[in-house]
Amino acid sequence: MRKIILSFLLVLLPTLTFAAGGGVHLDKADIDLHNNQSLQRGAKLFMNYCLSCHSAQFQRYNRMARDIGLTDDQVIENLMFASDKVGSTMTIAMSRADGKAWFGAAPPDLSLVARSRGADWLYTYLRTFYVDESRPFGVNNVVFPSVGMPNVLWELQGVQKPVFKTVEHDGESKEVLDHLELAEPGTRTPAEFDKDVRDLVAFLAYVSEPVQLERKALGVKVILFLLVFLVVAYLLKKEFWKDIH
Amino acid sequence: MGAERTDKWQGGILGWIDDRFPLSAMWNDHLAKYYAPKNFNFWYFFGSLALLVLVIQLVSGIFLTMNYKPDAERAFASVEYIMRDVEWGWLIRYVHSTGASAFFIVVYLHMFRGMLYGSYQKPRELIWIFGCMIYLALMAEAFFGYLLPWGQMSFWGAQVIVNLFAAIPIIGEDLSIWIRGDYVIADATLNRFFAFHVAAVPLVLIGLIVAHILALHEVGSNNPDGVEIKKKKDANGIPLDGIPFHPYYTVKDIVGVVVFLIFFAIIVFFIPDGGGYFLEPPNFEPADPLKTPPHIAPVWYFTPFYAILRAVPSFAGTQVWGVIAMGAAVVILFFLPWLDRSPVKSIRYRGPIYKTALGLFVVNFIVLGYLGTQPATPGMTLLAQIGTTYYLAFFLLMPIYTKMDKCKPVPERVTSK
Repeated sequence: MRKIILSFLLVLLPTLTFAAGGGVHLDKADIDLHNNQSLQRGAKLFMNYCLSCHSAQFQRYNRMARDIGLTDDQVIENLMFASDKVGSTMTIAMSRADGKAWFGAAPPDLSLVARSRGADWLYTYLRTFYVDESRPFGVNNVVFPSVGMPNVLWELQGVQKPVFKTVEHDGESKEVLDHLELAEPGTRTPAEFDKDVRDLVAFLAYVSEPVQLERKALGVKVILFLLVFLVVAYLLKKEFWKDIH
Repeated sequence: MGAERTDKWQGGILGWIDDRFPLSAMWNDHLAKYYAPKNFNFWYFFGSLALLVLVIQLVSGIFLTMNYKPDAERAFASVEYIMRDVEWGWLIRYVHSTGASAFFIVVYLHMFRGMLYGSYQKPRELIWIFGCMIYLALMAEAFFGYLLPWGQMSFWGAQVIVNLFAAIPIIGEDLSIWIRGDYVIADATLNRFFAFHVAAVPLVLIGLIVAHILALHEVGSNNPDGVEIKKKKDANGIPLDGIPFHPYYTVKDIVGVVVFLIFFAIIVFFIPDGGGYFLEPPNFEPADPLKTPPHIAPVWYFTPFYAILRAVPSFAGTQVWGVIAMGAAVVILFFLPWLDRSPVKSIRYRGPIYKTALGLFVVNFIVLGYLGTQPATPGMTLLAQIGTTYYLAFFLLMPIYTKMDKCKPVPERVTSK
């Protein structure tokens, strides 16, 4: 019977392996949610560059302070531009109607963007804006074609230009994007900029589920308890069953 | 009734109760003097585990209801409120969302056990039918519940499923509007789905589960050998191969419960989104009726049936055939006790044909499940069509191939291990 089950599982393997793949290549964000400095730098970037158009309507300032190692006063003095109550959530003054009129689509709330898009997607997205004069804001994006958002980090990153290559596909030659080239340097070097974006993505990943570190820490304790309980339960079962043959 | 029961407690509080309510009698009938075969194996854990998951879902669901707002404007935010501001809300929510998937995992394994050991065969046909009704109710419960977080997949998944009813000729369009209470999935739909999810379907589920267990305890459990233990009894009328459910199987099931809880805790605490299968990433975006997601896939436990639905092409100007095939794939389960003509119950004594057919059925079900999560390409659709054909043929041809099969002799008594 076991052999039969095993052989059927082997039959399944090929279908499981082609489950992977597809879509644009995403760079690994490689974030560290235990690194409070990274989260604090990310928070600063978020408040300065994101939180005028995008809200994080489910995230409270004081919860953020507690979770990333800041005091309420530090947050009030350095990070609160859009609100004056430290217990409030990160809302913005811009209405959704205005956002739609200005950008074509209202800028989405970012509370959960790291869960709906994934950290790697965000990390790649924020670093792959390139010059495209056909777009309203003069930029396009590799992972989000025809994006409505301007490259708000351009001062830091500089300006990237696309380099195309010609590929043969079904007998037709097509121009496709090969890679991006830094045409005008920003205030940060490419390595520094990657680190900035990593910090920002780490912060967004934190915001998407503030409890996640606490959750994992509790999980270790729960499972350790259950393992001890398992030993007791197993011995109890053995004791009761010793006369059953 | 009539005759004085021997299991009545004399005197004391229990005696007082027993004179007025059959407490000791119930305890004995269903636990202390319910004789179960002593040779239950791994597969027999999943019945009690299904009961455990039901309790987990009821309790976590009650606490979620205290903070959830069934309102299209506020539902999504109220779930995030539970995740962030309610004390232990995140845990309650993850327990409930993981519990939904766990329920189906446990129930699928429980049903597979029935197919392995012929537990649906005479005299257990009604147990199987109640079980199929539980499965149907469970699908309804999961479907209604999935709309409640009001994310993109909640909305568009419900839209797709309700639109299936619109494929029914003549009355379809009106029927789908009647179900939704609106022309699209909207606030009215959310409110009624909430009512079904928290009150109507759970009541039906509990009633069916009671019937399932009463029917089981009336005829007694089957076992991995498919031997009727009631045929061989000792002088006291106790089956020779039977042992009292309590304490033997209560202590054994506790071990199963703890092992289950370890796996459950690993998901709840470390991968609550189940790799995107238990909580789908697009569902972290609020429902937007104006923005159709590029790829709509139901949650994993529905995907085998979703694959069957998509596999059947539209014909004579209507897509109702896919809906019929999907419905048939579920309804056909009810007829299993009469489709199986094998003289033996357990896979242990069945011939090679049934063993192969059942093995392929499992592989086929998993492949269909995978196909249901993927966008439909011509190659995938062809595969799904082959899978659908096999799924239905497994049942429809069963009266023929189970009769042809060369079975081995069944022992008189259960075999140990």
